[in-house]
Amino acid sequence: MNAETAPHAVEIAGLSKWFKDFQVLKNIDLTVAHGERLVICGPSGSGKSTLIRCINGLELHQAGRVVVEGVELTDDIAQVEAVRRDVGMVFQQFNLFPHLSVLDNCTLAPMWVKKVPRAQAEKAAMEFLERVHIPEQASKFPGQLSGGQQQRVAIARALCMNPRIMLFDEPTSALDPEMIKEVLETMVELAETGMTMMVVTHEMGFARTVANRVAFMDHGEIVEIAPPEVFFNNPKSDRTKEFLAQIIH
Amino acid sequence: MAPTARQTTRPPVERIGPIEWLRENLFSTPFNAALSVIAMAIIYILVVPTFRWAFIDAVWAGDSRDACLAVNTGACWPFIENRIGQILYGFYDEAERWRANLTLFLLAAGILWLTMPGMRGKPLVAVLLLTVFPLIAYVLLTGGFGLEIVPTYRWGGLLLTLVIAVTGIVLSLPLGILLALGRRSDLPAVRIASVLFIEFWRGVPLVTVLFMASYMLPLFLPQGMSADKLLRALIAVALFNSAYMAEVVRGGLQAMPKGQTEAATALGLGYWQTHALIILPQALRLAIPNIVSTFIGIFKDTTLVSIIGFFDLLGMIQAGTSDAHWSTPSTAFTGYLFAGAIFWIFCFSMSRYSRHMERVLSAGERR
Ligand SMILES: Nc1ncnc2c1ncn2[C@@H]1O[C@H](COP(=O)(O)OP(=O)(O)OP(=O)(O)O)[C@@H](O)[C@H]1O
Ligand SMILES: [Mg+2]
Repeated sequence: MNAETAPHAVEIAGLSKWFKDFQVLKNIDLTVAHGERLVICGPSGSGKSTLIRCINGLELHQAGRVVVEGVELTDDIAQVEAVRRDVGMVFQQFNLFPHLSVLDNCTLAPMWVKKVPRAQAEKAAMEFLERVHIPEQASKFPGQLSGGQQQRVAIARALCMNPRIMLFDEPTSALDPEMIKEVLETMVELAETGMTMMVVTHEMGFARTVANRVAFMDHGEIVEIAPPEVFFNNPKSDRTKEFLAQIIH
Repeated sequence: MAPTARQTTRPPVERIGPIEWLRENLFSTPFNAALSVIAMAIIYILVVPTFRWAFIDAVWAGDSRDACLAVNTGACWPFIENRIGQILYGFYDEAERWRANLTLFLLAAGILWLTMPGMRGKPLVAVLLLTVFPLIAYVLLTGGFGLEIVPTYRWGGLLLTLVIAVTGIVLSLPLGILLALGRRSDLPAVRIASVLFIEFWRGVPLVTVLFMASYMLPLFLPQGMSADKLLRALIAVALFNSAYMAEVVRGGLQAMPKGQTEAATALGLGYWQTHALIILPQALRLAIPNIVSTFIGIFKDTTLVSIIGFFDLLGMIQAGTSDAHWSTPSTAFTGYLFAGAIFWIFCFSMSRYSRHMERVLSAGERR
């Protein structure tokens, strides 16, 4: 199936995953529409990271189906690599390549994976660095940047592959408060472009204003999933209420 | 951005005189003072007599042992002078020694090109050095294409030391990298094969390996099939050291955070791209001190080939000391001092260059 005609950006059905005997994900069903912005929250260890890492094949699932833009993740490495080209990911720890300049961090994958000529890759990279408001840092190395700047480079680096879906795994959790804002603003701007986004975060302000739906995970299950108005004002499950009471003081 | 006065302020420079320097660095506490005195005494006791012996009391001219026989003479340098041809080339035919010189000159030029800061075309030179140069060196040293054949059993001295060390170094690093990756592979067959290979070579002494390669291997090879003895020794040295190199590289790989692989994978890079572009450049940099230690070990271990009948630099000098024509009380010491000095120059250069590399590579990317 072709990505243009795929009915959903992400389609997850009956997804289960175990680490040894421990079941991290329990029979998860979830569909994400094109252009949808889904925020996932839940207590530590509930399986949020594992769930979004299953979407680009960083974790392999043992049961169920994961279909991304019409391509199912299987044992076929070509299929997995096709999905990875369509899915960008931003990590809690930034994971920039410290031995490469900011610009080289951004051009590496387009040049080696998509075989884009260097000049063209650099031009595109500069455009994305401008979009995340740090074009002047292009020639620096990651170690010379603040945490917030590094995370924005990481976002630009992912965008340079022109992904159709962006995954964020607690992108602001490793940042000082004053830097959280600049990264969230960048993500809001990205949301305004119509990008499909799945964001694991505890920034409830972001969830309220940007998300189309918010999902609450606990013990490897999606306990509740609803639009933010409903999710925050009128949660159905007691577990959700408990969790919200804890993080919104 | 205009620098403000505040930014341009430097910490006050403290100018200290030599007396103060001594007090601060050598005599800051009674204990340090005692250590300094003891250290200086040891240096004095060792260095001064050695220096006297090697230079002041040394004999510099002469053409036989008679020149060095007087009482209380120091080093017998005429011995080295007389033997220098053999010390450098072994029994490589004198008329053909230009070929060895040319080979070493090409090698030295290539290495200088690569190590000097600011030279252009380093990647090209590196590729030439690793592909074309070995072929040229092979033809130049062994002969053929109109050059007279010089069989390898005639090679010796510094020439042989360098041939073994350079092939050992150049082959062990890539082999070691492959083995290290193999040991961390997800494929059980690859992993087990790598572990067995590494642990086999690490479990046997190099002397044994050299013996096996030179005396036992021919017994197992089918009739009519034979490989040059030096070639066998070279392969043995390379395989032996690649096992050590593998462990050194693995140390560097293990120090890499998992996030680096994950980020590269998430960007769509495959296994080889991830390793060639992201993981190895960082892991090898971390491993530079240990890699160079292994190189230095390879260089020094070349002396072991004397037990399978080759005369490397040290072997050649040792052979010379037992020559009755030159036997004096100081001949052997002079020879060993000379050999030690040559080894030291090579090993120390490698060590300094590795420090330099570490500094250059870590500039700009420190946290
Ligand atoms: N590689 C692994 N091997 C074994 N167990 C793992 C592994 N990765 C995660 N787990 C376990 O799976 C569970 C879910 O982990 P996951 O990282 O998905 O949680 P999370 O919801 O992202 O938590 P956090 O908010 O702390 O990031 C945890 O109990 C964790 O200990
Ligand atoms: Mg997590």
